[in-house]
Amino acid sequence: MAELPDDWEMVVGLEVHTELATATKLFCGCANAFGGEPNTNVCPVCLGLPGSLPVLNEKAVELAIRIGLALHCQIAPSVFARKNYFYPDQPKDYQISQYDKPINGIGHLDLPDGTRVLVERAHMEEDTGKTTHLGGTGRIHGADESIVDYNRAGVPLVEIVSGPDIRSAEQARRYAAELRSILIATGASDGRMEEGSMRVDANVSVRRGPDAPFGTRCEIKNLNSLRSVQRAIDHEALRQVLLLEDGQTIVQETRHWDEDAGRTQTLRSKEEAYDYRYFPEPDLVPLAPSDEQIDAIRARLPAMPAERRRTLVALMGEQATESQADQIASVVDQGIDRYVMAAAAAGVAAPLALARVANELAGALSDGGHLDEDTMVVLLQMEEAGEVSATQSKAVLADLVADGGGDPRAVAKTKGFEQMDAGALDAVLDAVIAENPDAWQRYVEGDDKLTGFFTGKVMAATKGQADGKAVNAGLRQRRG
Amino acid sequence: MSARRIAAEVAAGNRRAIEVVEASLEEISTHDGELHAFTEVHAEAAREAARGIDAAVAEGRGVGPLAGVPIGVKDNICQRGRVTSCASKILDGWRPPYDATVVRSLEAAGAIIIGTTNMDEFAMGSSTENSAYGPTKNPVDPSRVPGGSSGGSAAAVGAGMVPLSLGSDTGGSIRQPAAFCGVVGVKPTYGLVSRYGLVAFASSLDQVGPFAQSVEDAALLLEVIAGHDPLDSTSLDVPAPMLVDRLDDGVGGLRVGLCRDLIEGASPEITAAVTASAELLAAAGAEIVEMSIPELHYGLSAYYLIAPAEASSNLARYDGVRYGLRVDAANVAEMNAASRTAGFGDEVKRRIMLGTYALSAGYYDAYYAQAQRTRTLIINAFADAYRSVDLILGATTPTTAFGLGAKVSDPMEMYLSDVFTIPTNLAGHPAISVPAGSDAAGLPIGVQLLGPALSEERLLRAAAVIEKGRS
Repeated sequence: MAELPDDWEMVVGLEVHTELATATKLFCGCANAFGGEPNTNVCPVCLGLPGSLPVLNEKAVELAIRIGLALHCQIAPSVFARKNYFYPDQPKDYQISQYDKPINGIGHLDLPDGTRVLVERAHMEEDTGKTTHLGGTGRIHGADESIVDYNRAGVPLVEIVSGPDIRSAEQARRYAAELRSILIATGASDGRMEEGSMRVDANVSVRRGPDAPFGTRCEIKNLNSLRSVQRAIDHEALRQVLLLEDGQTIVQETRHWDEDAGRTQTLRSKEEAYDYRYFPEPDLVPLAPSDEQIDAIRARLPAMPAERRRTLVALMGEQATESQADQIASVVDQGIDRYVMAAAAAGVAAPLALARVANELAGALSDGGHLDEDTMVVLLQMEEAGEVSATQSKAVLADLVADGGGDPRAVAKTKGFEQMDAGALDAVLDAVIAENPDAWQRYVEGDDKLTGFFTGKVMAATKGQADGKAVNAGLRQRRG
Repeated sequence: MSARRIAAEVAAGNRRAIEVVEASLEEISTHDGELHAFTEVHAEAAREAARGIDAAVAEGRGVGPLAGVPIGVKDNICQRGRVTSCASKILDGWRPPYDATVVRSLEAAGAIIIGTTNMDEFAMGSSTENSAYGPTKNPVDPSRVPGGSSGGSAAAVGAGMVPLSLGSDTGGSIRQPAAFCGVVGVKPTYGLVSRYGLVAFASSLDQVGPFAQSVEDAALLLEVIAGHDPLDSTSLDVPAPMLVDRLDDGVGGLRVGLCRDLIEGASPEITAAVTASAELLAAAGAEIVEMSIPELHYGLSAYYLIAPAEASSNLARYDGVRYGLRVDAANVAEMNAASRTAGFGDEVKRRIMLGTYALSAGYYDAYYAQAQRTRTLIINAFADAYRSVDLILGATTPTTAFGLGAKVSDPMEMYLSDVFTIPTNLAGHPAISVPAGSDAAGLPIGVQLLGPALSEERLLRAAAVIEKGRS
């Protein structure tokens, strides 16, 4: 992480746009789908044709409220507003958003390290289309041609605006990561940054120490990954510090993060900033969810990541180790902690379940594939009972995930992973010891590092079929 | 012939829809060369629709309440596949891929859309002189304007080219031309008639409504177009009103307020017509009380901030990118500006600038927000008034139809012709203009009845009393 020189401190607030996982768009019946032939997923409403009118998608409202509840926001009667500005990807040349009366008011998000970040609001709005500028400068004012795809126009978004509470780029990344986990947990969004389901803008300023007044801020757009969030903010804060130390001033502006060049560039200055002329959207009526509606949504809200991490930590029995804490954060972040929960509920030792899920299962799933929780539980039980060794268990798991499921015992049998009987293992152990008298002598004298050496020899001799725990037990028994 | 009688005879098989349509087309070819009420006549489609109605009657299939009735539809109401341009160059040639809900209702009722009617560009105007197609003329005196913005719809009915037409009323655009052309015009309660497919001028004020030669026909048409529409979020979820069957129930026991603020400033002849109408209502058993709602005087000022503010946003989409006029330029922003400069007329530009200013940072509170507070004041004042009266009576317009060109150079003077009609739109209430005689020059006079939200049935009953009393 880049450190700011001297006593400089950065002040960061994030604006996160998330697409809502509804079946249809925010104000019409068109599918809310990613991709597709340009301008095929459109209708008079999302194209803003003359005479068309918006009708609010109730499911989007429910998902927005879920986000608000997960962020401890005050759910309030809200009013849609028109944000007026000309841009070709905006069919009506105004965006239906929310302004002074957002659906979700003040709330907060607690980072895993305990830092509380204020959430100022989480309001609903519609997405725009997508413009591509061709030829010339490749930017809107200098392109030869601009083409627009309106398939995305009208897709429901929630914009979550944090307070200026973040003090490092690393913390900003953690905030974005935690928010992403929360959004996925609520079911409101798939959180896919690479597909644009979640987009981050950062407001960055710097000041001399925590008691100085806020500096002039710049807004950075186009942060498409958690890595970009961290890099861009680090870069931007340093840019500002260097300017100020050089006696220059910061100009309030919107800047674009160039991931390849690793720097931010001016997008538009404050003078070029739009006057959005917000006013209440007369084509929609005010939104006032009842307490009963809100309570019903709250009752169906699943556990959030922080709570799920606490549950897993508690399952570890004694104090979770640092690596277990990392594994817990990782499985919760990926939404695969349910496998650990299922295994623990079935009586499998939680640390074993956590290790397999965090390492092998996570890896296998990220390569594509699928596995139901019950199958994972059966496999973990087989490993715990010594029916398969750890090595064999991992191999079976890889096959199961690749095939999208199956019977773990049948897979183990197909792979020839029969449990070695005790007599066969004893014979191999004796043979290995006989072949390595010097090493055995040192082991007997207390050199425990040689456990691995002998285990490796046994595994090689049995082609991995021996159970590691049984090998260890056999070695200890022979040492006396 | 009345729409109701046409529909009854067509349904009974006593008259063929195709004959009705041919007669209407004949009237259009006789008069419309001079009056220019229509921007387009859909002769072949109308004949085909008429033959369909006739076939349905012949086969004993049911036909709707407007079977075979020719109707004109204002050029800001979307008709699928037909030019719907709001009489603006910027939408020149634009054909919507969908029908407005009211158009579907008309077709379901068996009405035959015979033509698209002329209007002030984007419904901004009071004379139908702000049309890219050129002005419409008053059928009573073609040297005069028909009123506006629904001047084409009013003139088409006034000249007898069609028995019915649809207009839209944002600040008086149905009632004022109805008064000028001597026909009945109704501005329904906001939300009673779907706005889906009505090209927006000022969304919180716009409402589609009927023109007819009689109160009964206006009631018949309003019944057809009224009703909840899930495609319009501001549509009221109330049962469609029963109007025609109650028209003869009279006004016995109703208290009607003769509202000074909706009469002051009107010509002596119009004032006399309002008084005469009050007497007709009194003779029919209504109690007439004199009243004043001073807040109505703020209506015009509030309206000329709210309507342009909404219009400035509603009309932003005409940017040359997706449809309508595009004037090529060096880049997108310049293309937007060039297209809008060439495509919009002066009055539309004036209101876009006014509305943009009213919503701008630093001016919003002083203008738009203040206008909204004034609107609330007017709504509350009406609410107070309707605690003591059932209906309000006043003039529709301060003058009768003025000469073509008389006010084009003075926008303020033009705006003042809507001073009596605007407050109803701000309140979202219904109102009707009903013919009440003519002035010394023979020009029609309209009187206006206003009522609280969803009082259409009562309004039309009272209008029927005035209509009957004069005949």
